Amino acid sequence: MSIDLQTVKKIASLSRISVTDAEAEAMVPELNNILGWVEQLGEVDVTGVEPMTAVIPNHLRLREDAVTDGNVRDKVLANAPQAEHGFFAVPKVIE
Amino acid sequence: MTESTYRIQGATGEWEVVIGLEVHAQVTSQAKLFSGAATAFGAEPNTQVSLVDAAMPGMLPVPNRECIRQAVRTGMAIEAQINKWSRFDRKNYFYADLPQGYQISQLYHPLVGEGAIEISLDDKNPDAATKVIGIERIHVEQDAGKLMHDQHPTRSYVDLNRSGVALMEIVSKPDMRSPAEAGAYLSKLRTILRYVGSCDGNMDQGSMRADVNVSVRKPGDPFGTRTETKNVNSVRFVMAVVEHEASRQVDVLEAGGKVVQETRLYDPDRNETRSMRSKEDAHDYRYFPDPDLLPLELDDAFLEECRQSLPELPDAKRQRYEQALGLSAYNAATLTADADTARWFEALLAEGARIQKKSEGEVAKASANWLLSELYGALNRLGKSLDDSPVGPEEGAELLALVADGTISGTIAKQVFEIMLETGERAPKIVEEKGLKQTSDTGAIEAAVAKVLADNGDKVEQYKAGKEALFGFFVGQTMKAMQGKANPQVVNELIKKALG
Amino acid sequence: MTELTNLTVAEIRDGFRVGDFSAREVAQAFNANVAAARALNAFIVETPEKALEAADAADRAKAAGEALKPLSGVPIGMKDLFCTEGVQTTAASHMLEGFTPTYESTVSKKLWDAGAGMLGKLNLDQFAMGSSNETSYFGNVISPWRRGGGDNAALAPGGSSGGSSAAISARLCPAATGTDTGGSIRQPAAFTGISGIKPTYGRCSRWGIVAFASSLDQAGPMARTVRDNAILLETMAGFDPKDSTSLDLAVPQWEANLSSDLKGKKVGIPKEYRPDGLNAEISAMWDRGIEWLKDAGAEVVEVSLPHTKYALPTYYIIAPAEASSNLARYDGVRYGQRDLPDGAGLQDMYAATRALGFGPEVKRRIMIGTYVLSAGFYDAYYTQAQKVRALIARDFELAFEKCDLLLTPTAPSASFALGEKQADPLAMYLNDVFTVPASLAGLPAMAVPGGLDAQGLPLGLQIIGRALDEQTVLNAGLAIEERAGFTARPDKWW
Repeated sequence: MSIDLQTVKKIASLSRISVTDAEAEAMVPELNNILGWVEQLGEVDVTGVEPMTAVIPNHLRLREDAVTDGNVRDKVLANAPQAEHGFFAVPKVIE
Repeated sequence: MTESTYRIQGATGEWEVVIGLEVHAQVTSQAKLFSGAATAFGAEPNTQVSLVDAAMPGMLPVPNRECIRQAVRTGMAIEAQINKWSRFDRKNYFYADLPQGYQISQLYHPLVGEGAIEISLDDKNPDAATKVIGIERIHVEQDAGKLMHDQHPTRSYVDLNRSGVALMEIVSKPDMRSPAEAGAYLSKLRTILRYVGSCDGNMDQGSMRADVNVSVRKPGDPFGTRTETKNVNSVRFVMAVVEHEASRQVDVLEAGGKVVQETRLYDPDRNETRSMRSKEDAHDYRYFPDPDLLPLELDDAFLEECRQSLPELPDAKRQRYEQALGLSAYNAATLTADADTARWFEALLAEGARIQKKSEGEVAKASANWLLSELYGALNRLGKSLDDSPVGPEEGAELLALVADGTISGTIAKQVFEIMLETGERAPKIVEEKGLKQTSDTGAIEAAVAKVLADNGDKVEQYKAGKEALFGFFVGQTMKAMQGKANPQVVNELIKKALG
Repeated sequence: MTELTNLTVAEIRDGFRVGDFSAREVAQAFNANVAAARALNAFIVETPEKALEAADAADRAKAAGEALKPLSGVPIGMKDLFCTEGVQTTAASHMLEGFTPTYESTVSKKLWDAGAGMLGKLNLDQFAMGSSNETSYFGNVISPWRRGGGDNAALAPGGSSGGSSAAISARLCPAATGTDTGGSIRQPAAFTGISGIKPTYGRCSRWGIVAFASSLDQAGPMARTVRDNAILLETMAGFDPKDSTSLDLAVPQWEANLSSDLKGKKVGIPKEYRPDGLNAEISAMWDRGIEWLKDAGAEVVEVSLPHTKYALPTYYIIAPAEASSNLARYDGVRYGQRDLPDGAGLQDMYAATRALGFGPEVKRRIMIGTYVLSAGFYDAYYTQAQKVRALIARDFELAFEKCDLLLTPTAPSASFALGEKQADPLAMYLNDVFTVPASLAGLPAMAVPGGLDAQGLPLGLQIIGRALDEQTVLNAGLAIEERAGFTARPDKWW
């Protein structure tokens, strides 16, 4: 599965990383090189093998339903590039 | 089982509409699905937000047991398969109300599998016209935050208070065939959720909202292409969306066009749906198992507790009301349509049986009638609901007991109830203080009857000549003379006797 | 008196307790070394005041006769992937430049609570993605080591914990934290002649550590001795209810139970780790290691880990996939950089911000991860990789039926020159060939120095243990340490 310039641009767009044409062109062989290499996994016989779900046997703990957090608006907004009236501000979104 | 006959008449003939609903219901819980921040409605912006909800670097999710429990109980209430092994997946997309850049949801292994809900299409006769709507799955996921667009000319504001609140997504099969069925399904689902206590069902606060999938086809044809209208927040709107969207699709198809599979938005002001073009760029959500969370494995003890804690559900309750309590099908349906009403009614019943030392069955009819006519009438007039009713079940039961044991007549009971509503006093006290006890003192009644008959000699003649309808007149006059306090049965007997 | 900055953690801890020196003297000595070593670029932020503050607290406690804490008097370096309250945390990215957490990571908090002081935030590969510390937005870390014979080429300290490894080997700190996703503790330790252990996945809380790949990331200590690693790990490990993958187990007394007597232990030598063309010096180093463990009483057996060759490709699907999602939160809305070109909408802002804030290697991995998860490719790449990962873990399980630990080289070569492998991402990835399998299986693994190569550069040995059996790993490490007698340190040129 070889990827082309169009695909690279599509992946960049899905990743929300803007790329120039030159950058995208440069990425085509790079990504193909890496993807071509990882594709050797296809040759492994995985018949009857379940995908790994937990690295070390462990079970998912559930916490009790209690309010133990929140009310930390100053901390939440402390690093915001733009915060106004207690909100994060972003460029106007047209829905 | 009833086959719907709802059809849209097009130029090319009849069309059938096919509907499936994906309902997002906010799980009732104190804290969020993966963080300890509160879920209460209406807080100041960004105050119910933890560092986890704001997706600060290095923050990790830990699931809330109650949210899982409520989803499992909901699944059990619709007799669905509960998956003891499920998993959380990440749904990846970028939006300002989604701090992590992904929503934690369940795609590959949902918590709840297939189930079903029986809907009724005739209020008057709920058992006569029913239909089973299949449930595909219920999964648990995070809600997103909220964007405000009207606070600044060039900026949108982000409030993360809702970010991370637990939702159940309840996905139906495409089993509905008319707006009425879609409406009945949503109402019934809401009733069940409220009974179970897993969602408060407040659609106006956004606790429940539906994505409405609609397609049309010629009867017998395979499914057509569907559209999905997002975030519809009332039963009425869901019905309107189905109606509008189905006829729009018929128009498109009959004009030789094709229905585009797309996301649409409902505008209640204009009663129309429109395409959400801004969100049309092909989504590729890149779902994969959330590596911050292990598989969710439920043990038998957990499931058993969920099952034990389920209340009697609406269908079972309705049947019991009909069969064990002898209520009419309509009254049984009305009383069980809402968990709060049923709870109120059962409190009234229990209290009535206790005071009157009778079985619940013996006091059921009078209790139901009083609740549905007298109490509902008064609450309507006062613009109140059962929640804030000035008269509670205990007080109501006291009033009904006074009627049942003959202390007061039904007519007097209405007066007493009015006074209760106004003053908050209890019935026995009002009856006592105002001297409203009815009398069975035959002497006094006999005297009153004699006077009424004497004063209305002409009518007595007419009665005797065969105009038997006048009997009611004599009763009314006697009661009036007794200021309503005479035992009506005694009055009847004495009049009959006096008229020979 | 011995040079304070040449003391180990244990020596500082014990010497402070018996009054050989004050905590302040130690902190001052390390602060001075840090300030004098800026040419190494090991630190992104120096925090001498924090080191002194902790030292003064230790001195006061001692003067007042109060009980001392496990790490009282010990200053350490903190990899800049751990969020530290009030101190800039960047993950060596432009994206997080200026980000000042309002919270403290669980692991760093445990260290401060145990009395340790912070000398500064250590440089690393950007978002921990790299094996040479060349992807940091704040510049390369230069290894204090140089090849012999007047070759002054700047060498890689390894990565991603390259600031940690360089700082420890240059005596800027006696120990430091690292994180290891595919070898990021072990490979830099090997490159700089120090030790480091990646514990079993789930031993150390990931809460508050900037995430790279959630199912692989583990924090661990780096120091000059095995004992120091045991000391640090005891403090760093432990159950954390805030991390769903944290193991709810008591922390063993690793230091107290250290023993280099390996009688009764079987050491497995995986034959797949000796491919044709393995560097002869690495091979010879490995053989010496085998002899040392035999000398310590262990029996040596050959074992097979048949899926070893698939470990790297598996890793380079799973790690980028998780990273592409973990790094989606860097969007310029709530923290970090924002690039808002004129007239840009929300989605344009995201794309511009992320183009500005991420370096080339981070972008590359995000894009690979996005691609392998995208519609139509998910099963072929990601699901397949998780299946192969299960096979790799099973290889280890089967091997551990025949032995108690594994001995392998840590890296396929000694440190290389900065720039040497930068042009070819794949060549760089191959550097993790020996460390990645244990990461995929979540097993404890440690690097210890074995000696120098012909050019005078350190070579490391890797010990891999059963899940939760850090003790055997540490003990074998101690056995090697005692026999290797590794005392070499880089000549100061900076």
